[in-house]
Amino acid sequence: MATEAQTAPEPLTRKDFVTPNDVRWCPGCGDYAILNSLQRTFPELGIPRENFVIISGIGCSSRFPYYMNTYGFHTIHGRAPTVATGVKVANPDLSVWIVTGDGDGLSIGGNHLLHLLRRNLNVTVLLFNNRIYGLTKGQYSPTSPVGTTTKTTPGGSIDHPINPLLFALGAEATFIARTIDNNPKHMVQTFKAAHEHQGVSFVEIFQNCVIFNDATWDPVYAKQNRERQLLHLEAGKPLLFGKDNEFGIRMNGLSPEVVNAADAAPGEILVHRPDHPSSLYSQVLADMSFPDFPTPIGVIRQIERPTYEQQLADQLEATVAKRGTGSWNELLHGNSTWTVE
Amino acid sequence: MSQATRGFREKKAVVVRFAGDSGDGMQVVGERFTEASVTVPNAIATFPDYPAEIRAPVGTIAGVSAFQVHFGSETVLTPGDEPDALVAMNPAALAVHLSDLTEGGMLIANTAAFTEENLAMAGYKSNPLEDPELQKRYEVIPIDITGLAVEALKDSPLSQRDKLRTKNFFALGFTYWVYGRPIEPTIAFIEKKWGAKIPDVAEANTKVLKAGYFLGETTEITRNRYMVARAEVEPGIYRKISGNEAVALGLIAASRKAKRGILFSGYPITPASSILEAMASFKHFGVKTVQAEDEIAAIGVALGGSFAGHIGVTGTSGPGMCLKSEFIGLATSTELPLVIINVQRGGPSTGLPTKTEQSDLFQALYGRHGESPLPVVAANSPSDCFRAAFEATRIALQHSTPVILLTDGYLANGSEPWKIPDESTLPDIEVPFAPEDKPYVTFERNPDTLARTQAIPGQPGLQHRIGGLEKDTKGSISYDPENHSEMTRLRAAKVEAVAKSIPPMRITGERTGKLLVVGWGGTHGAITSAVETLRAEGFDVSSTNVRYLNPLPPELGDLLKGFDKVLVPELNSGQLCTILRARYLVDAVSFPKTKGRPFRVSEIRERILELLTA
Repeated sequence: MATEAQTAPEPLTRKDFVTPNDVRWCPGCGDYAILNSLQRTFPELGIPRENFVIISGIGCSSRFPYYMNTYGFHTIHGRAPTVATGVKVANPDLSVWIVTGDGDGLSIGGNHLLHLLRRNLNVTVLLFNNRIYGLTKGQYSPTSPVGTTTKTTPGGSIDHPINPLLFALGAEATFIARTIDNNPKHMVQTFKAAHEHQGVSFVEIFQNCVIFNDATWDPVYAKQNRERQLLHLEAGKPLLFGKDNEFGIRMNGLSPEVVNAADAAPGEILVHRPDHPSSLYSQVLADMSFPDFPTPIGVIRQIERPTYEQQLADQLEATVAKRGTGSWNELLHGNSTWTVE
Repeated sequence: MSQATRGFREKKAVVVRFAGDSGDGMQVVGERFTEASVTVPNAIATFPDYPAEIRAPVGTIAGVSAFQVHFGSETVLTPGDEPDALVAMNPAALAVHLSDLTEGGMLIANTAAFTEENLAMAGYKSNPLEDPELQKRYEVIPIDITGLAVEALKDSPLSQRDKLRTKNFFALGFTYWVYGRPIEPTIAFIEKKWGAKIPDVAEANTKVLKAGYFLGETTEITRNRYMVARAEVEPGIYRKISGNEAVALGLIAASRKAKRGILFSGYPITPASSILEAMASFKHFGVKTVQAEDEIAAIGVALGGSFAGHIGVTGTSGPGMCLKSEFIGLATSTELPLVIINVQRGGPSTGLPTKTEQSDLFQALYGRHGESPLPVVAANSPSDCFRAAFEATRIALQHSTPVILLTDGYLANGSEPWKIPDESTLPDIEVPFAPEDKPYVTFERNPDTLARTQAIPGQPGLQHRIGGLEKDTKGSISYDPENHSEMTRLRAAKVEAVAKSIPPMRITGERTGKLLVVGWGGTHGAITSAVETLRAEGFDVSSTNVRYLNPLPPELGDLLKGFDKVLVPELNSGQLCTILRARYLVDAVSFPKTKGRPFRVSEIRERILELLTA
């Protein structure tokens, strides 16, 4: 099998990752910007094109593999993490990317996402969160806020929504980040960081569904709001936001609060540590949401833990070391035989 | 009469059933008795029958666990119908199994367990061992097994509780004496299992085993001992193998012959779990296993493995198959190799988890949405699971398709001696990946098999996308009506083309005649036993076992038409029979059974005689 990393003869460009297929998302869909950013990210990762595999489930976002000129598998609703697990276990040299949405990943596929994250396979999950079912024409999703009025919820939805970052944190994902579809630079930077992480990388992407849930993230990321509403996370930097970084986050007991930076005592403003030893810190960030708090974007948590596929390979190796490479004789004869003459 | 056979009555075959509480170690003694018998050698087949509850309340009917051994000097194809001897360790075991004991059979009962409390739990108003009717009908041998075992250990440092646990070896020792079984293999087993770790336990079990044996020798508790002569067994190297073990070995052998990695993913489910357990023990063969979060994930992981160039395999039982069906459809649509094992059990729903049935044939053939045909292969004996698993893997790879392998709880847990095949007699499975020096057309087909050629991630220049949407030959999504019609036809024709590579059917008897008995899967032993006996008595009856349920063997239609009557015994309500009637327009007669137990040879014999004399 030609699976070992090979040096590409010429540097790859964005064009190398574009397929001739017509892209069929609605005009104005946030998915275009994400596609573009991923096509810009891949050439910069130093991986031969044939070693990329993109695996998706079902939904608008899951059409993604057809538009990336790599190996791709458009699977079934919610199950992409399972297929990705099989691919990565079979061939750990591959760079495996899972593309999913809020319905695919957190509703029908919630169980698989949970287990992918806790197992810590070295793959990247891009979860496009538009808080609506787009492909089936506009029903509420597991991330829709309470009260979302759709054809299936004419009186408004009554289910409390899932916070994808808290979900990932609960599953003890080793890399958790958030980015937004109207900031290509931030997307590329986040995708790169996700790729570089050794272990599972979970990236929530705020994505706009122009047809069924237009402007759902505008209160957070529209041009006029983003300085006040977005909190850019950078390792080692204080949690400051606002046009002139005039606001900061500090702790009051176990709760965060927004303060005027000028009023804060020295050292009171939290300093971002993605590798904070306590997941409580990450939870504080993941839990901060509009309108009470600014919305954090960037890498929320990044810690080290052995990957699933590496541990599996180690076990295989250790068993060979202990028992020798399995032979036909051992396979067929087992522990006890007798001979009839 | 030689020294060795003095005092013995000769029998061609004997069936012994050990029954007791699920904590009494009946599976252990059954396994040991089997091992002792294969070393004679006798022909042998076994059937464990254990409750769904791991530890049902002690002494209850629900907690009864049994193990049946059939050993003979001639061919043995089934675990036997009625036991010639029943070892009942408590009243509940007697209550459950006595009705099966053959008239005049030997009943060995542990009197110590026949207390008022235990009798009440088994539903007895009085002690059945004291019933004169029982004495008349059977050779009743009451033994204070518990008491004698403890007595034998009066000098042992073991706790009273541990002493009580040795009683199964006492019962075993006594049956060894009755049937002239060698005691040495069991002593070796005890030594290997406990000798190093807990020598006191090893010593106690050996002592009690011998005490049971000596009880027969030194008292005249029974005058009847039975000798089953050595069987004429084909020369070779043998091992004992269960169906689930054989499946694991067949899969690994096929992956080696195909030079492909193997990825097995499963979710624990009775009676399939031991396949995953067996596969996990072969890590030094490069076997990768993933215990998935659910049945759906298990097949998804396996399919991912196949997409990446391994042979992906998943194993489950009926309820798990329901959950996997959407993924089987995806494998059918993407035309990737995949092996799906269904160890059938009684249904519907949770049904009878530990009991056997063949009621998932329709599900295997039709249990998906859309037109989604796939090959279905069935194993017909515990050791045949090896060949069947090898064959399912071969078909999956050579025909780029998911394949369902049907076994059942009876085959999975039953065991028999297996003549170990020479590795060189197993065929190579040549299935190259797509060449990298020419453009890759995703669904271009081999003109002979109609299989597509697989390109795998990591192969330079062959990047492509696949998925569950309808596609054209190039792999592009297509909603074109003509294309969908053609792809539907091609997928079916590809599965039909498997028929070209399957071996001729094996017939017991003639290719024409009065009556053909058609079976599939694990009924093979019972049907063949009944038919061989009747043929020896001069009856015009033949039989066959259909291994390939889809596509059906090309010769099957003509074969059916060569007989006046066709009988189809099945452990379901007549599924194969319905298919044969629909497909070949023959007036096949169904012989269904849905009791969670295999056919008895006598049941099939009687039904055959009814049809022949009707």
